[in-house]
Formats: sequence, structure tokens, C-alpha cells
Amino acid sequence: MQIVFYVAAAMAIFATLMMLTRLNAVHALLYLIVSLLAVSVVFFVIGAPFVAALEVIIYAGAIMVLFIFVVMLLNLGRKAIDQESTWLKPGMWAGPLILAAVLAAEVAFLAAHAAGPEIGGQVIGPRAVGIALYGPYLMGVELASFLLLGALVGAYHLGVRPRQKTVKEKDHGNRSDESGIAPSGDLVRAGADRPAGTS
Amino acid sequence: MNEAIIHVITVLGVLFVVLNIAAGLIWVERRLLALWQDRYGPNRVGPFGLLQVAADTVKLFFKEDWIPPFADKAVFVLAPAIVMLTALMSFTMIPVAPGIQISDLNIGLLFVLGMSSLGVYSVVLGGWASDNKYALLGGLRAAAQMLSYEVFMGLSLMGVVLLAGSFRLSAIVDAQRHMWFVVPQFLGFVLFMIAGVAETRRLPFDIPEAESELVAGFHSEYSGMKFGMFFVGEYVGVVLISVLITVLFFGGWLGPGLVPIAWFLIKVFAFIGLFILLRASLPRPRFDQLMSWGWKLMLPLALCNLVVTGAIVMATRR
Repeated sequence: MQIVFYVAAAMAIFATLMMLTRLNAVHALLYLIVSLLAVSVVFFVIGAPFVAALEVIIYAGAIMVLFIFVVMLLNLGRKAIDQESTWLKPGMWAGPLILAAVLAAEVAFLAAHAAGPEIGGQVIGPRAVGIALYGPYLMGVELASFLLLGALVGAYHLGVRPRQKTVKEKDHGNRSDESGIAPSGDLVRAGADRPAGTS
Repeated sequence: MNEAIIHVITVLGVLFVVLNIAAGLIWVERRLLALWQDRYGPNRVGPFGLLQVAADTVKLFFKEDWIPPFADKAVFVLAPAIVMLTALMSFTMIPVAPGIQISDLNIGLLFVLGMSSLGVYSVVLGGWASDNKYALLGGLRAAAQMLSYEVFMGLSLMGVVLLAGSFRLSAIVDAQRHMWFVVPQFLGFVLFMIAGVAETRRLPFDIPEAESELVAGFHSEYSGMKFGMFFVGEYVGVVLISVLITVLFFGGWLGPGLVPIAWFLIKVFAFIGLFILLRASLPRPRFDQLMSWGWKLMLPLALCNLVVTGAIVMATRR
């Protein structure tokens, strides 16, 4: 089990490094998916199969699909890669490198001084996770659900279209609409680029 | 040592049977469709046209395996492999009969769901790497469709998990000794069936490849055995969804009289037949209809099913 752990951990680090240095957005995302899968294996090995499964379903299987979906919609081509290569100058790496070095030093310090938990000790199944979540951590779950509900309402507000007018309403009531001022908040409005009131 | 050999035999056996059923389904589907459409279908190669699949495979191997010069080569080659890999990985968790199961993890069902959510990448990446507008549109549609249908696919199964009290698939089958879960979870079964058809991109939901609008959708640029992988991968997906319906809602291997594996195969083939009948009889909806149906009807229904099931389980367990 220890070998599996170290191989998966090394793969996660390697894939993440590759992800950071790729110029093509989709290739970078693919490496990120590999990294997430490797982290999932790490979770599985250290005895958290439920978290491992959720990592695959939610992060690798749902969120990354959305990322790729957006990148596909943008239809980045050769030009985007060239632009990226002018942005990613070697000097850009100095800041992140310092921060990462501090973290690496901390990990090295901890590894040298404190013995971590054993690999493959106690396996925590789905039932134990559920009991913990809805027992001592209930408050956290509730707060997270507040946050998600807020995000949902916000996404709805940004995505909603103004109500489509029926033909009758258009004939009689388009005078008030002629000012062309969009109601506040609708960033995405169907046909917003057309001049208002040309019917 | 002996155990290890049995394990290897199980793995190879499941792989052999699944791949052969999936390939054989191509013939079964063409014959059945022909039957329902009042024509013969493939009946020239071998008895009843049975060797049609072999002939097709030989043909596919000798076709030019062309990679378009404008395509993203690495991703283009990777995409068809993902569809087979993820579908076949899911079969490791399937309890075929007592003792015939490759792995019995306590997160079995989640593993299957995870693999099916990774399967989306084959279509999406295939569509993107082809660098062709029809393929790209197919890939985009696939991404949106799979995301929306995966959500309630998982939710529709949680009722079963609640009743069985486990994600372990063999435990779910065992929990159905007295009553198949299709009875208390009929809504869940219907929702899962619809989500399953959408996951496998079969005809009422074959929007990503919609031949009449998108040439061949995400696999427009694929040829030779890479196309074959997408093609057979679709049938492996059909087998997988039929197997899952059998295991989760129709008691898996349970049944009177016959040996367990016979019951399992009978049930699976009944659902495969249903899948083919669906293809023969339903028209393809428009893309926006598909999406609004998924989010506005199926998702709330799945949530209601989950809440009601949870309440009943809470009330009766005390």
C-alpha cells in the first residue's frame, strides 16, 4: 500500500506541475484531471474511500467537465497559445516559487519532526463520514448549504432573461420600452445588441 | 495462490463476456430494428447473418486509420480509449452471481457513478480534438447533456441506497431478497432508466451525434478502429446500464428455479431489448427541450423521490 501511495502522490505532483506549465488550456485541464484522479487514489490508500469516490465524481467528473465546456465554447486556437507564451515569462514564476518553497520547507520540517498517521490504518467508510457530517459538523453542513443557496440565487439572477413579450403586448406596450434602458442586473439579455423598439 | 488464479479467471471471463455481448449487440440491434421496421436486416454473412459483426470488425481493421492534420493528435487518440476504459472499469464492481464479482468495494455504486461521469470526457475531448465545427458542436452538446443528466442519475439511485443501507452492490442485491426495489422505488427506476439512456447517448437522447443535423457529431472525423471503439463503447454502455438496472432495481441474480447467473442474464437481456425498442420507436427531441426537461422535470422529481423515501425510511426504522 505504501508504494501505491508514493506513486500516486508523485503522479499528483508531476501532473500538477505539467498543468501549470502547459500553454494549451485543454492540455492543462487534462493534466489537472490526472492530478485529481491521483489525489483520489491517495485518499483511497490512506483509508478514505468515500472521499476518494466524491473526488472523482464531483471534481474530476463534474467541475472539470464544466471547465472544459467553457474552454470549448471560447474556441481558443493557435493565437491563444501564442498569447499565453508571451504572458508566461520566466520572471512570472518567481513569486509562486517563493511561496511554494516556504510550504515545501514547512512540509520538510513537519516530516522531520512529527510522525504522521500510518498509511492504511483505519478505513473510514461512507457511514462514518455521514455520521460525522450530521453529528458534530452539522453546523458546517448548514453553513455550506446557505452558501450554495446564495450562489444558486445569484447564478439565477445573472442568467435569467427578461420575460418574453407576447405579440399582443409588443403591439400595444412597446412605447414604454423604447427608452432602451435595460433593467439593472441582467447581464445576459437575448437580443440586447439589437436597437430597442424596432418592431 | 488458488484464489489468485480464480480471481484472474473472473476478471478475464467478465472482460470476455462483456466485450462479446457488446459486439454481438450490434447484430442483435440491427436484426431487431429490421424486425420492427418490417425488413430483413443483415442476413447474408453466416447463419442468420451472425458473422456480420466479425466481417465488420475485419473491415474496420483494414480501413485507413486517419488522423486529420488539423487535429490535436494526442487528445484525438486518447478520446476513444477513455470511453472503453471507463465503461469496462465499471464492470469490476458488478455482482454477477454469488462469488462472481471482481471487486466488492464498500463504495461500489459511487465507483460506478464516478466512472460514468469520467466517461463524458471521451465524447467531449473527441469533439474538441477533431477541430471540426460539427464535432465541436457535438462535444458541446454532450458536455451539457451529460452534466444535466448525471445530476439526477445519481439522485435517483439514492433511494435504493437508503433502502439497502449501503453503497456496496452485493449488499444492495441481498437487500432485495423479499422485494425487488422496483416496487418501492418505481419513480427512481423510471428516472434512472431515462438518465441511463441519456448517459449512453442512445436514440431519443443521441443529440451529440444527431446524424441529421451534425453529420456524425463528435465522431465525424474518426475512422477505422478508433471509430470502432466509440461504436462498441456505446454498446458496452448499454450493457452497463442494463446490468445496473438489473442489480439495483430487479434483484440481480435473485430468482426462483434457475441458477443465479441465468436469472442475471435473462434480466439483463430483457433490458437490452427494451433499449433497442426505445431506439426503434421514439423520435429525437430538440436540444433545448432535452435540457429543460432534465432540469425542470426530472431533477425535482428525483429530489421529491429522495425526500419521500428518506422520510419513510426514517419513520419505519424507529
